[in-house]
Amino acid sequence: MLNTLLLWVAGVVGLALVLNAWRLVRGPSVTDRVLALDTMYINVIAMIILLGIYFDTSLYFEAALLIAMLGFVSTAAVSKYLLRGDIIE
Amino acid sequence: MTLLWILLLPMMGIVTPLLTERYGRNVCAAMTALPPAIALMLLLQQAPVVMSGQVPSLHAEWIPALGLNLALHLDGLAWLFCLLILGIGLLVILYARYYLSDRDSMGQFYASLILFMTAMLGVVLSANLLQLWLFWELTSISSFLLISFWSWRTDARKGARMALAVTGAGGLALLGALILIGHEVGSFDLATVLASGDLLRQSELYPVILALFLLGAFTKSAQFPFHFWLPHAMAAPTPVSSYLHSATMVKAGVFLLARFYPVLAGTDLWFVVVSLTGMATLLVGAYTALFKHDLKGLLAYSTVSHLGLITLLLGLGTALAPVAAVFHIINHAVFKASLFMAAGIIDHESGSRDMRKLNGLWQFMPVTATLAMVAASSMAGVPLLNGFLSKEMMFAETLEQYTFGALSWWVPLLATIGATFSVAYSLRFMHDVFFNGQPIDLPKTPHEPPRYMRVPVEILVVLCLLVGMFPDLMVGTLLKTAAGAVLQAPVPEFELGVWHGFNLPLLMSMLAVSGGVAIYVNRRFLFQFQSQFAERDAKLVFEASVQSLVRKAGQLHHLIDNGSMQRAMFLMLLLALVLMAWPLMDLLNTAGGRPELALNWGVVFCTALLIAGTLLTIWWSHQRLWALLALSIVGLVVSVAFAWFSAPDLALTQLSVEVVTVLLFLLALFFLPRHGPIMDGPLRIMMRDLGVSVLFGSVVGTICYALLTRPLDSISGYFLEHSKTGGGGTNVVNVILVDFRGFDTLGEITVLGIAALGIYKLLARMTLAMPSADDDGRAWARERHPALLALVSQSLLPLALLVSAYIFLRGHNMPGGGFIAGLITAIALIQQYVAHGVVWMKQRMPLSYEALIASGLLIALTAGLGSWLFGHNFLKTWYDYFYLPGVGKFELASAMVFDLGVYLTVIGATLLILANLGKLTTSERIRTGDE
Repeated sequence: MLNTLLLWVAGVVGLALVLNAWRLVRGPSVTDRVLALDTMYINVIAMIILLGIYFDTSLYFEAALLIAMLGFVSTAAVSKYLLRGDIIE
Repeated sequence: MTLLWILLLPMMGIVTPLLTERYGRNVCAAMTALPPAIALMLLLQQAPVVMSGQVPSLHAEWIPALGLNLALHLDGLAWLFCLLILGIGLLVILYARYYLSDRDSMGQFYASLILFMTAMLGVVLSANLLQLWLFWELTSISSFLLISFWSWRTDARKGARMALAVTGAGGLALLGALILIGHEVGSFDLATVLASGDLLRQSELYPVILALFLLGAFTKSAQFPFHFWLPHAMAAPTPVSSYLHSATMVKAGVFLLARFYPVLAGTDLWFVVVSLTGMATLLVGAYTALFKHDLKGLLAYSTVSHLGLITLLLGLGTALAPVAAVFHIINHAVFKASLFMAAGIIDHESGSRDMRKLNGLWQFMPVTATLAMVAASSMAGVPLLNGFLSKEMMFAETLEQYTFGALSWWVPLLATIGATFSVAYSLRFMHDVFFNGQPIDLPKTPHEPPRYMRVPVEILVVLCLLVGMFPDLMVGTLLKTAAGAVLQAPVPEFELGVWHGFNLPLLMSMLAVSGGVAIYVNRRFLFQFQSQFAERDAKLVFEASVQSLVRKAGQLHHLIDNGSMQRAMFLMLLLALVLMAWPLMDLLNTAGGRPELALNWGVVFCTALLIAGTLLTIWWSHQRLWALLALSIVGLVVSVAFAWFSAPDLALTQLSVEVVTVLLFLLALFFLPRHGPIMDGPLRIMMRDLGVSVLFGSVVGTICYALLTRPLDSISGYFLEHSKTGGGGTNVVNVILVDFRGFDTLGEITVLGIAALGIYKLLARMTLAMPSADDDGRAWARERHPALLALVSQSLLPLALLVSAYIFLRGHNMPGGGFIAGLITAIALIQQYVAHGVVWMKQRMPLSYEALIASGLLIALTAGLGSWLFGHNFLKTWYDYFYLPGVGKFELASAMVFDLGVYLTVIGATLLILANLGKLTTSERIRTGDE
């Protein structure tokens, strides 16, 4: 039962990934693309947690935690870059 | 044990002059002389044993697997050379005490001299080929230090460099010869090698071995055509010349010839090559010496000529020739050392070495003049002096040989001609300097030297006389023992006497003396004749050839790497392509037999995303920021792939590296135009690059496919099995990193640290133009550090530190470890830089990242060495279980200390690179030099 559900959820998250990837390709502005990438990070978090449930292990949660933390750093840095060009002033 | 002390005492004595220099010149000289003096006494104490034919030896294993052992032996030849090295060395120490001026650093001089002495002793005492070579190289290096002692003089530097280049190249050739000998014989042990003469001579490699071996020996002993470095080494202080260029360094080559005489000699090839080289050197040296106006130049060419004589003797192949060679080694060392010292005294007390100015010194320094003339007479081969005896033996042996068949009579003839010139230049040394009118504008009024400066010369000259008059009593036994060691066989009967009756050698001697006098008297004509030839300065020729070599290397380098990144990458990929594609040709089928896995839609989906990300990166390559975003997709998918294939460690690492890479790119992108040109060069180049890329991709793809479709038998099983029992951790990846392959990790973090320091240095002086607006012409936002970002970033820091601490601590048993933890900490800190700026961070974290790297490396190294304390191998993990109330049972492993080192190095390196790139735009940038 759970596995079937997981498959569905994974499918939906996968669809979100594809749509975000499409947004990343289409743009049209850089901001759209940055946001698309940030959302892709969130999708991947979901995907990895699903994997963790599927394999019945807690190890993957840390990877998810790390992506959550580091994804933020990436997005913040790119945003800073767009605003000021120089990320460390 | 005594044997070891003979070598160890001078070795320990290297530092004494440096330590005692401040107590004055006398103390320094006395203390320097002490260790060699004790060693000399030990050597003399061994004399009865050695002379009775026994060979004291010492053998200690060092790296037996490589054939490297500490092996010493003291046979007759080694004893003789030790005596020369220590005896003349002591006299030189005494002499140098008076020779060196107050400006010269006495400690440094003596330290280099004793280093050289140790190296020489090592060469002659070694009973292992590789060990011998080690000391052989050390003599080259220490003689470089000694020749360039007056390093402010350009001729000293150039002369030293030339000597090092020539003897160093010879040393490499010798290493090749020794390795081949070891390969053929199957052992590097000297005794074994000396017993395998027939094996070596019949070997197919014999000509190669002999050529390399002779290159080594001839360069060291200044044999023609490699003799040119020796006269230029005369830029050294005279004590150095009298030690290195008479008794020791240049004798190392003939020592080697003598040492390997029983193994390598005995073939026609040896006799022809060695005797011809020796003869050529003898003649060239003796002839050139006559025309040198510089006292030391004359002596240098005379040394070349006498070394040629010894080499000639070793190449004659008659029964007694090696005995004569050993005898002449002794005699030449004694008279030439005293002559160099006398020349040094003359230079020291009159301020010149030019024989056109030095005249009539007899009236100023009669005692020195007498000593110098006795020694010079010995050099000329005047009866009742030691030089006469060995020269007579040489003449006798040249009459005995039949190397060149019916033309063998050339050898005695040419030897006589060489001896004639030897008499002529000796006469010039005596007559020009001490008589021949009055001195011509000398810088100083000459006078006798200090009493003790003359003592070494007196001792040596007395030896010349004693050996010359009572040869059998003085050196009979020594000569027999040493020659026995050279031949490795019973020495044929020989008679050492002053008078052998009227015979052919005596006639040759008389011819040489009268001919030499005649040449000297009529030297005007010879000088005129010689002045027609333009004199070529070997230094200029050598420099020119070195420079042309460097230029050629530069051209070759430019051919491969002309500064174009595309070109370098193209060539590198092409080479890799050939290397990888070659073995693939041998593969019959691309696909192995392994059954294929069922199709998984998740994998298909992720792969599609991966490919899309890659294509997008290429498509956007001229839109740099977009390309970076597309690249992030690739990284993200790869980390998911690692997670999917049960490699959480790799997934974590990939994620953190991904972020650091993005930060690095963003920092660099600021200085680059936002949009690159779509066409980066001519179409031809683009097509070329495209072709290589496609080829490369297809080859790598084929390899992957071939590998994945075959059953893989790797060493993973071993690691999985031994991870807990051997390394004390259940996380195999981490145990491999800190234990099984700990040494690799240590190397890797060292490289990481060095790379970071290199980048730091490269950035130090960089000034780059900063764009004032983005590409669309919009001005930058005003707010530097948005409050929202600052707030969120600051609250992220403790969380991130907690996560990294957690990941670090459990790394040994669960996914994680020092590397990932270090990256997380570094990213969290960089985030603070982004949110608050460099100034803010500098106030709150005054940390030197270089020091962080250094301490990390030090901790890792200490952890590795710590294993030795417990009797384990380097970096072997040591662990145990402990119990703490409230915490419970827990494990402590020494691997954790090592991991801490990794952790600190990673933080230091990452921050050093990123923070300094960030600093480029701030007022906090590194300032160096005059900026």
